[in-house]
Amino acid sequence: MADHLLDARGLNCPLPILKAKKALKDVPPGGTLEILATDPGAVADFQAFCRTTGNELVEHSEKGGVYRFILRRPA
Amino acid sequence: MANEVSASGAKSMSLIVTKGTLDWAYPPFILATTAAAMGMDVTMFFTFYGLPLLLKDLDPQLSSLGNPAMKMPMMGAHMGMPNVVSMIPGVDRAATTMMKNLMKKKGVASIQDLRQLAVEADVRLIACQMTMDLFEYTLADMIEGPELGGAATYIEVAAHSDINLFI
Repeated sequence: MADHLLDARGLNCPLPILKAKKALKDVPPGGTLEILATDPGAVADFQAFCRTTGNELVEHSEKGGVYRFILRRPA
Repeated sequence: MANEVSASGAKSMSLIVTKGTLDWAYPPFILATTAAAMGMDVTMFFTFYGLPLLLKDLDPQLSSLGNPAMKMPMMGAHMGMPNVVSMIPGVDRAATTMMKNLMKKKGVASIQDLRQLAVEADVRLIACQMTMDLFEYTLADMIEGPELGGAATYIEVAAHSDINLFI
């Protein structure tokens, strides 16, 4: 289980990324944020976001059209 | 401030915003807010028809006139609009409403929201002084935040930026 949850389902680019950035502010260093999204573009975008910002994309999966990402803030 | 940008060690991006229709307003605000979310220092320079995107009363409109690529999804097909139809008074207004409804349905942020997010993300906003004079606007017409500047102000920013875009 992640420490925080962000429901970005139904939102389109770039809102899942922008909301994730805001939500990460409440996550302590080393903590995790779980994100739910339905935007298929979010898969490539969260990978790029993590590579650029130093957050770790711990896992991502898809089930029934809902994408689930777990990001970890750098410690 | 441009020096602070290079001193902060963060990557930076600048955008020249030259167009103010609803469709053209999206790319600069999407890229600016996303770059800011990715930790970059972002500057937007608003000039000519991009300048009204800073107005307090923000209501960008769409025009299908001379835009054969604009085809709206409708009843399973994609409908374009012949120029002769676009010229009829009220048609652009209707197309704008249709586009806004479509965007809402698809979870696309409004331009008002994206602009607000840009302001909250400390995106540096520069209003082109020459365009302000030309179209007779003052900072009192604009949202809180923009500063005035000219070509040299932008060039100084661009010279220190990793990404420079003209939109």
